[in-house]
Amino acid sequence: MAHLFNSTLTSSSPSLRRFSTVSKPSLNPITTTRRKMRIQAKIREIFMPALSSTMTEGKIVSWIRSEGDKLSKGESVVVVESDKADMDVETFYDGYLAVIMVEEGGVASVGSAIALLAETEAEIADAKSKASNSSPISTAPPPKSDPPPALADLAPSPAVATTPAAAVVVASAVHPASEGGRRIVASPYAKKLAKDLSVDLSGVVGSGPMGRVVAKDVEAAAMTVATAATTAPTVGAAKPAPVPGIELGSVVPFTTMQSAVSRNMLESLAVPTFRVGYTINTDALDALYKKIKSKGVTMTALLAKATALALVKHPIVSSSCKDGKSFTYNSSINIAVAVAIDGGLITPVLQDADKVDIYSLSRKWKELVDKARAKQLQPHEYNTGTFTLSNLGMFGVDRFDAILPPGTGAIMAVGASQPTVVATKDGRIGMKSQMQVNVTADHRIIYGADLASFLQTLAKIIEDPKDLTL
Amino acid sequence: MHAVSLSTSHPHSSPAIARSNHFGLYSITPSNKPLNLPFCGLRSEAQGIFQLKRSETHRAIVSSRRRAKKLSASLSNNGSAPTSFDYDLVIIGAGVGGHGAALHAVEKGLKTAIIEGDVIGGTCVNRGCVPSKALLAVSGRMRELQNDHHLKALGLQVSAAGYDRQGVADHANNLASKIRNNLTNSLKALGVDILTGVGTILGPQKVKYGQVGFSDNVVTAKDIIIATGSVPFVPKGIEVDGKTVITSDHALKLEFVPEWIAIVGSGYIGLEFSDVYTALGSEVTFIEALDQLMPGFDPEIGKLAQRVLIHPRKIDFHTGVFASKITPAKDGKPVTIEMIDAKTKEPKDTLEVDAALIATGRAPFTKGLGLENINVVTQRGFVPVDERMQVIDADGKMVPHLYCIGDANGKMMLAHAASAQGISVVEQVSGKDHVLNHLSIPAACFTHPEISMVGLTEPQARDKAEKEGFEISIAKASFKANTKALAENEGEGLAKLIYRPDNGEILGVHIFGLHAADLIHEASNAIALGTRIQDIKFAVHAHPTLSEILDELFKSAQVNDRVFSSTNEPVAV
Repeated sequence: MAHLFNSTLTSSSPSLRRFSTVSKPSLNPITTTRRKMRIQAKIREIFMPALSSTMTEGKIVSWIRSEGDKLSKGESVVVVESDKADMDVETFYDGYLAVIMVEEGGVASVGSAIALLAETEAEIADAKSKASNSSPISTAPPPKSDPPPALADLAPSPAVATTPAAAVVVASAVHPASEGGRRIVASPYAKKLAKDLSVDLSGVVGSGPMGRVVAKDVEAAAMTVATAATTAPTVGAAKPAPVPGIELGSVVPFTTMQSAVSRNMLESLAVPTFRVGYTINTDALDALYKKIKSKGVTMTALLAKATALALVKHPIVSSSCKDGKSFTYNSSINIAVAVAIDGGLITPVLQDADKVDIYSLSRKWKELVDKARAKQLQPHEYNTGTFTLSNLGMFGVDRFDAILPPGTGAIMAVGASQPTVVATKDGRIGMKSQMQVNVTADHRIIYGADLASFLQTLAKIIEDPKDLTL
Repeated sequence: MHAVSLSTSHPHSSPAIARSNHFGLYSITPSNKPLNLPFCGLRSEAQGIFQLKRSETHRAIVSSRRRAKKLSASLSNNGSAPTSFDYDLVIIGAGVGGHGAALHAVEKGLKTAIIEGDVIGGTCVNRGCVPSKALLAVSGRMRELQNDHHLKALGLQVSAAGYDRQGVADHANNLASKIRNNLTNSLKALGVDILTGVGTILGPQKVKYGQVGFSDNVVTAKDIIIATGSVPFVPKGIEVDGKTVITSDHALKLEFVPEWIAIVGSGYIGLEFSDVYTALGSEVTFIEALDQLMPGFDPEIGKLAQRVLIHPRKIDFHTGVFASKITPAKDGKPVTIEMIDAKTKEPKDTLEVDAALIATGRAPFTKGLGLENINVVTQRGFVPVDERMQVIDADGKMVPHLYCIGDANGKMMLAHAASAQGISVVEQVSGKDHVLNHLSIPAACFTHPEISMVGLTEPQARDKAEKEGFEISIAKASFKANTKALAENEGEGLAKLIYRPDNGEILGVHIFGLHAADLIHEASNAIALGTRIQDIKFAVHAHPTLSEILDELFKSAQVNDRVFSSTNEPVAV
C-alpha cells in the first residue's frame, strides 16, 4: 500500500502527516514549548495515518517490527486497520524503532503518535524516557495505558520483578546435523512460538524426529520457566516469558499497570472488610474434573461455575456498594478471575457464569486467557466482574488472604486441594482431599451470616457437583 | 522469452518455468507487445495459398471423403510432403490444449486425430490443476472447521475436526479419473480419432506414432499442432525419490502427510501446496531463490497475501537461496537440504526435514518429437513460435503447417491459455486469421482465500506507461466493504485495478480474497473485448454478491475522458 500512503501523505494537509519531528526535551535548549523544532531533531514520532477520508481513528492490527529494530526508509512497520481495510504503514525515515506507544489491538486517533523512531541506536534510551514522560495521546490498549480498574493485589507480594528465575535445566538439542549443538534444528511453528513466548531455542531439548525442536517442546520450555519462578503467582494457564536479568539495587519506576494496581490498592483501604474461611472436600469435584477434563473443561471454569451457582442463592454476596449510601444487586453474575501476566495482574471476567454451560465457560476462559496474554482484552472483559476468584493452589499455597477490589462486594481466595487425614463423626479416620477458601467482603453490605451461608451453599455444590455440568 | 532466461539465472525459483497456471509469465511483455491488441477478434483476411495438386492417386480413397479445398497443401519448400492427407489436423498431445483444439476443429468441420502418448487429459487433469483442486477443497474445509474464532463469530460450534488421508487422496484420484473419462468421451463422441503412442514428426505434414513393442504407424495431416505440455522441472543437485523428495506429480497422490515439509519455490504451485499441507497439520518451510516470496504476483497483492497466507500459518521461509543439493531420507536420516546464497553461491544453511516438495516450475516436454527432422531447434526445450503459434525453425523461418501450443511453447503456461491458443490455431487453419491477446488471459491461485489476476502488474504497467508516455491510475476496493464477504465473515481481501485515466483502458486487475478466482472473469472479459471503464461501470451487479467488489472497483476509477490527466495519484479506498 506504499503508493497509496505516499500519495495520501504528500497531497494532504500537514495534520495528516504520519511523521513529524519533535525535539528531544532533554537536549532542547528552549524549554518553553515542547514541540519546538530543533535543527537536528533525532527522535521522530510515528503518527496514526489517515488511510481514508472518513477515517478518524485506527486500530493497530500488528507491529511488523519490534522495539529496537533498525528500519530503513520505505519498510513496513505496522499494520493499521481503518474503517475499511488493513494496511501496511511504512516509515519515511531510516532509524530505530525505539518505543511502541500503542500496542497491538490498541486504538489511536488519526494524527496521534503510535511509536517513536530514534535516528541512532544511542538515542533509543532517550526516546524511551520521553515516551514514559508523555503518555500516548489517545486511547491505547487496555493493559498499557488504560489499566483495568478491577486490579487487585491478591497475593502477599508478587515477586516477579525481584526474584531472578531459577535457571532452567537444559541440554542442547541432540541432532545428527546440529553440529554438536551449534546449530538449532527447530520446526517452523516451534520457531514462531519461541519468538512469541520469548523462549531461547538454544536451551530447548527437542523431542521431535532426530531431536528436532517441535512446538510442544517450546511450550514445555515456557512452562518450565514459569514454574521455576515459583514466587511468581501464576494463575490460570498463563505462560509468562522467562524473567529477564534484574539489576539489583536499581530503582525501577512503576509501569502504567503497576501504577494502576497501586492506586487501586490504596483505594481499597477505604472499604471496611472482614474475612470468613471454610474448608471444602474436593474428592467429588476432582473426580468430576478427571472425567470431563478431556472435553476441555478447566478447574478454573469449574470453580467459577460452582461459585456462580452459589451466588444465585445469595445475591447479596455478589452485590456492590459504590457510594456508601446505597448498594446494587447486580443484574448478572460475572465471575472475575485473577490472572498474573507479565509484569502485572488482570482479572478477565466470565460473564453470566451461572447461566453459561461448563463447556462454553471453559472455552470462554481459554479465549480470555489468550487475549490477556496478547494484551488484547477489551474493557468489558476485565472490569465487569461482580465477584472475584483468586487461586494460588497450583503453587501449593494452602491458604491466603485477598484484598477486596474496589467496586465489588467480595473476593474469594482459593488454596490448594490437598489430601488430608479427616476424622468423621462416627469415629472413623479417613483420607479426604480438602481445600481452604477464604472470602474477603465489604462489611457495609455483606455481613458474617451472609458469607457463612454462602460458603455453606458453595461447599454443598462442590461436594456434590452434579449441578455443575447441567 | 523472458521466462526462459529467468530459468537460467534462477533454476530454483518457481517463476522460472511454471506449470499451467503460472503467473510469472506476464514478464514476457517485450515479446508480447504485438499481442496487446484491444481486440482479440477475428481478422477476415484469408491465410495460406492453396495449391491443388492431386497427382498422387493412391490417396484418392482417403481424399474423396473430404471437400476439395481441404486437400490442398503448401509444398513450397519440400517436395517429399504428401499432397493428400489422412487428416486435416493431427494434434500431438491430449492435454487440455489438445482437447480444446480438437473440439474446435471438429466444430469447424476438420477431420481430426489426437495422438496421446500417456493419458488423456495431460498434466492438468491427471497431475495438475484438477487433482490439486480436490486437495484444496479439502484444505479449505479443514481450515474453516479448525478456525474456532471464525466459527464462533458465526455462532457455530464444531468439535475437533479430523481427516482420513486415504479418503482425501481418493477424492483427488477419483476426480481426476472422472474428468479424464469426460474428456475421452467427449473426444470419442465428436468423432476425433485417438491414436495411442508417442508422436514423432517425420517431416512436413507427416507424423509417426506407436507404442513400445508395436510397429509404428505413419499418418499425414494438412496441419499439425504440437501440444505435448510439460513436466515438473527439477534443478540439478536435487535427487527426487518420489517418497520423501517429491514433485507435484507425487504430492497430488498424497501418499503421506509429513510433519515438516520444505517447499522449494514459492510460486503458485508451492503456495497451493503450502495451503494443503498446513491445513492437514504439516509445518512448511519455503525456499525461494528470489529475494522475496511470491515473485510474479503484483507486489501489493503479494504483500497482503503473505500476511494472510504465510505469516499466521505454521510456515517459515528462506529467501535469496538456492537448494543446491537435496538428498532423500534414507538409513534413518532425514531429508537433507543444502542451501547456497543465490548471488554469491556461498553455502548458507542446511535443513533436515521430513520431506521436500520441488515446486520450481515446469520444463517443456518436447524430447523425441523429431523436431530435428524439420530443422527446428528448441530454446531450453521450448518450441519457438510466433504470435500465431506457428513454429519457427533454426533459420528464423516459419515452418508451414506446424503449430505449437501450450506449455511446450512456454508463452503462458496455463491450461486455459493452451486451450485458447489451440482454438486460435484452428481458426487460422480454417481460414481466419486470429491472434490471441495473452494479456486477457486470467490466472488464479487457489489458496484460501484465492488470488487471481489478469493483465499487467503495477510495476509492469508503470514501465509500459513510462515507455509509451501515458499515465496510469490505481483503484482499489476492499472485501471489508462488501456485504456478502462480511456475511461470510471473510472480509480479508483487496481488489486492485490498474487503468489509464485518459481513455479508461483496463491494464490489469488483481484480486486477493474470497472466490477471487471466480471474480476475475468480469475483468478478463472486459480486457478481451476492449470494454472501457466508463462503459462497464454502468453494468449492474446483483446485491449482495461478491461481484459488487468489481462494481465498486470500476465505479471508484476516475476516467477523464478526452481530458488528459496529469495526476498519477492512486485513488484512496
